[in-house]
Amino acid sequence: MAIPLGYIARNLLARRLTTALTAGGMALVVYVFASVLMLAAGLRQTLVSTGQDDNVVVIRRGSQTEVQSGIDRSQTGIIESLPDIAVAADGMRLVSKEPVVLISLPKRATGKPANVVIRGVTAASLDLRPQVRLVEGRMFRPGTSEVVVGRSIATGFRGTDLGETLRFASRDWTIVGVFDAGHTGFDSEIWGDAEQMLQAFRRPVFSSVIFRLADPDRFDAVKATLENDPRLTLEVKRERQFYADQSQALAKFISTLGTGISIIFSIGAVIGAAITMYASVASRTAEIGTLRALGFSRGAILLAFLIEALLLGLIGGIAGLVGASAMQALTISTTNFQTFAEIAFSFTLTPGIVVASLAFALAMGFIGGFLPAARAARMKIVDALRAA
Amino acid sequence: MSAAAQPAPAAEGRQPLVAIHGLSKYYVRGDQVIPVLVDLDLDVYAGEYVALMGPSGSGKSTLLNLIAGIDKPSSGEIRVTGVDIAALSDSELALWRSMHVGFIFQFYNLMPVLTAFGNVELPLQLTTLSRAERRERVATALELVGLTDRATHLPNELSGGQQQRVAIARALITDPTLIVADEPTGDLDRVTAQEILGLLARLNDELGKTIIMVTHDPKAAETAHRLIHLEKGVLVG
Repeated sequence: MAIPLGYIARNLLARRLTTALTAGGMALVVYVFASVLMLAAGLRQTLVSTGQDDNVVVIRRGSQTEVQSGIDRSQTGIIESLPDIAVAADGMRLVSKEPVVLISLPKRATGKPANVVIRGVTAASLDLRPQVRLVEGRMFRPGTSEVVVGRSIATGFRGTDLGETLRFASRDWTIVGVFDAGHTGFDSEIWGDAEQMLQAFRRPVFSSVIFRLADPDRFDAVKATLENDPRLTLEVKRERQFYADQSQALAKFISTLGTGISIIFSIGAVIGAAITMYASVASRTAEIGTLRALGFSRGAILLAFLIEALLLGLIGGIAGLVGASAMQALTISTTNFQTFAEIAFSFTLTPGIVVASLAFALAMGFIGGFLPAARAARMKIVDALRAA
Repeated sequence: MSAAAQPAPAAEGRQPLVAIHGLSKYYVRGDQVIPVLVDLDLDVYAGEYVALMGPSGSGKSTLLNLIAGIDKPSSGEIRVTGVDIAALSDSELALWRSMHVGFIFQFYNLMPVLTAFGNVELPLQLTTLSRAERRERVATALELVGLTDRATHLPNELSGGQQQRVAIARALITDPTLIVADEPTGDLDRVTAQEILGLLARLNDELGKTIIMVTHDPKAAETAHRLIHLEKGVLVG
């Protein structure tokens, strides 16, 4: 039979300060742990939501990103002739050949340069990305040196306000609009006319071809057609998968580093919990003796102290998560290792992170509480009663 | 009720509730063997109120602990209601204690975070009684010790005498076969001690509870039916 939970919980309440300090230590570790996972999840979610499920991205085989890719006009012509490309209501085929180039711009906060993606787009580009909408100014006019900038660019980089001009590729480009891409990767891009970009950057090839499938279930067939065509050396991916792959390295790096740091920190928190629980056992030796005399088994005593330690962990876990969830209000910007481009994203709390953080906190409580609990359970009744 | 050193009441064919035979307890410290109880025989019958007296170190608390099943003998036999408790495993003994023994300690040993009600209810957590049944029993026990109006008080809000009354209610709550009391008045003033002794005598007289009490206090011992003296681990009277 178990010792009542009320008794266990009240013991934590009776030592409020010690409980608060120990749980506080665990809360800090959980805060770091959850924040790092939220960072990785935010990056992943930003890039994954950049892609549409029924859109297909075609790049040169072996190139991981659009910046490394090159597809010449003869190859784009073959892709454009595919019968599987969807057609818009106005009869336009939903396919876009896009050059993607990196330029360097100074960050608004520090003045330090960071890489920014310049994307040459076409009339079909906006139809292919319904999440993109203009929020200020107007769209660039085709055939001119006008550009529109993503919201994260407008807030994060100098010289990117509406009406200002940016100098790159030996030209001055006027910013005529700001677009919101719904917290996707496109928010960190500058868009201009594709043909103008090719001329200005003196590039003979496009970086990627994006098209929408008329029938999303035909993806595997289209992929096989393009990848097995001996005239083409291309790689075909669903757009969502393409962007998800781009988040892998950085997200993994952040998660691994953060988890490593959290585990090192957690050793301190576990020691703190163990000290608290040892003190709890020592100060309640007579109570333990009494409970055993009344008939509670060694197992019940072990369980009671373990539950007490787990409750400590749970309090710490919840406090840490509450703190970490406040981080969702923040947007940060960093360079993606794979694309070498700056990308802005937010801390994102997912149900998985909540579960992982609470499990981490409970594990700290369990490890910290086990030895003191075992000590309490092993006490001889007469020795424990003598402590009264 | 007076209690000079008296022999055990004539068995008259009755089986003793507690039957101790050849009981020894010794501690080994290094190569030294320290005897605490030596080849002791003792019978206690149901409904008896026995006082164990003796100087410090005479082994009276050890004997009480052995009878209550919270310590194990080095040799010999302790039968309580016919069960050789020395042969029980640790977990069997825990279950046995929960059903058969009520404890009263010198320093009350209440759980400081539980109210009087919660403390009295604690042993019932080991039973299969429903919450309503537990409540009813606790209310009765608190009424018996005159603490109905203190049910929601924490131990530190009660006087020493009141805390010992709570402890007595806790000892009674499971209707045990045996109540063991280790210096139950040792921490109380004379007047309060008399109240507690009166309560124990009532439990014995009116409820027929078998009580074995360790005490230093001759006045406390006088309230018992039978007085047992221990010296250097041997019964002397």
